[in-house]
Amino acid sequence: MGPISPALQKPLTGTMRSDGKPLTLKEYEETGGYEALRTALGSMTPKEVQEAVSAARLRGRGGAGFFTGLKWSFVPLGDKAPHPKFLVANSDEMEPGSFKDRLLIERNPHQLIEGIIISAYAIEADTAYIFLRWEYGRAGAHLTAALGEAYGAGYLGRAIAGSRFGLDIRLHTSAGRYICGEETALLNALEGKRPVPRTKPPFPQSCGLWGKPTVVNNAETLSNVPHIIRNGADWYKRLSLTGDGGTKIYAVSGRVKRPGSWELPLGTTIREIIEEHAGGMREGHAVRAVIPGGGSTEFVLPEHFDTPMAFDIMEKQVGSRLGTGTMIVLDDGTCPVGAVHNLERFFARESCGWCTPCRDGLPWLASLLGDIEEGRGRREDLDVLEEHTRLIKMRHTYCALAPGAIEPLQSALAFFKRDFERHIEEKACPYRLCRRST
Amino acid sequence: MLTDDETRRIEEELRNYPERRAGCVEALKVIQQRRGWVADEHIADLAPMLGMTVHELDGVASFYPFIFRKPVGRHLIFVCEGLSCWVMGYEAVIEALTKRLGVSWGDTTKDGCFTLLPVSCMGECDRAPALKIDGDVYGDVSPETIETILERYT
Repeated sequence: MGPISPALQKPLTGTMRSDGKPLTLKEYEETGGYEALRTALGSMTPKEVQEAVSAARLRGRGGAGFFTGLKWSFVPLGDKAPHPKFLVANSDEMEPGSFKDRLLIERNPHQLIEGIIISAYAIEADTAYIFLRWEYGRAGAHLTAALGEAYGAGYLGRAIAGSRFGLDIRLHTSAGRYICGEETALLNALEGKRPVPRTKPPFPQSCGLWGKPTVVNNAETLSNVPHIIRNGADWYKRLSLTGDGGTKIYAVSGRVKRPGSWELPLGTTIREIIEEHAGGMREGHAVRAVIPGGGSTEFVLPEHFDTPMAFDIMEKQVGSRLGTGTMIVLDDGTCPVGAVHNLERFFARESCGWCTPCRDGLPWLASLLGDIEEGRGRREDLDVLEEHTRLIKMRHTYCALAPGAIEPLQSALAFFKRDFERHIEEKACPYRLCRRST
Repeated sequence: MLTDDETRRIEEELRNYPERRAGCVEALKVIQQRRGWVADEHIADLAPMLGMTVHELDGVASFYPFIFRKPVGRHLIFVCEGLSCWVMGYEAVIEALTKRLGVSWGDTTKDGCFTLLPVSCMGECDRAPALKIDGDVYGDVSPETIETILERYT
């Protein structure tokens, strides 16, 4: 097999307009858009679509990295399956540092819509929801326009593209709160309930929206599906530098020369992303660490920047995670205690209050970190922080919010211990830029 | 009392959902669009339309930060407090804003023009620090550019 042509190296973003406007239906179709839909609905069974996505080794891009084909396979298919079934596109992107789904939706809304239709066909869903966060107003406007175009062209509604499959997509715009991105809280939100997580099992694939089989997939994950159907699993796997398939939208924010996002082969190293794509650090700043995959991942130090940003490898080699693939750079002039305080305030505020470790534990951590940052910390506070990294973990909580909040904290305590101690000893923040938080 | 126009718009929104209560956030938004916020009496009026108790609906309404249960000003300033914005100098921006407006979080200026609200993370991390006024997003904000931005809304 020869090298992949440049046009096919960036399937998600390569055809986007340079002026930032969304691709219209016509423009999307001119680049091969909705061809995959015709292929899937016209000549593949739902099971064959699932198998193609499994063979491509597509893993979830929302943070957890579950195999998409496997997730779909738990949905009952065929005449005896309960109906209606639902597919939900999770576009409630609110992980600190993440803005990749916004880019995909704003600039290529039909790609997401086509991905939703094919994925809904793969699980024989009747209705799909796009769960969009309130802050993404422009994305919402572009999606509304694109959905209108898709209905007009017969890609939505009954008998799509001459097939026997029909689907409606409804856009639901939320009203804030990080927890709504947790898949079972999201289902409660869609049902008009207070959006707290549900216990699992039962899993949404058997008992989801209104008790019916439901799949929740991230917007970036779904945007990959048309390309897999169009170009095949082998092509898709060759895009990646790892055993898992595809490209990844990576992003960098912080004191780098060119903050932004880029579609790159899955498994691109942290160093290449920061130095080549983000242009390295701004003059007068050096990198101290990165939060690699959104706010709920562990810090990674520069000595590990040659690690590929990929599933499993990040866990095995540096004890962190790929997460959402969107990095926040911590520079040498920024206080790590202040940074962790900022994150824990975020998680404490965004706790839904349903279970005690999160509702009571996170505000306590945020308060202790605030005290340390402002010079009122005591040595015993560090023991309390350490203790919580052991107490707040999966299976002690209903969902992953609080365990995720612990990830940056426990790595900060390990990597920046001396910074914590200096705050306590000097009764002040030793960093000029680390000022009292409002 | 909800107006006829509000009731009609709410009924239209509810048609998009298989159960009436599932449309509760959209229904609350209809009221908020027209009145700026959602008062207790409107929760009481709306709940029976959705087949919910008043407390169930208030439980949902009070959960969401962008359903306002108190009056707000003519323009809403949302300042992102995410880590990227914090790293890039959010604190100087918020200091300048609170000084210029003479209010703190959640408050409205005396002339009723601006309400200052935090957003946990706005997803504009590549343009940090970021803020949003009504529907307009501003990136790479600094204490120096605040005045020019605010002038557009006075």
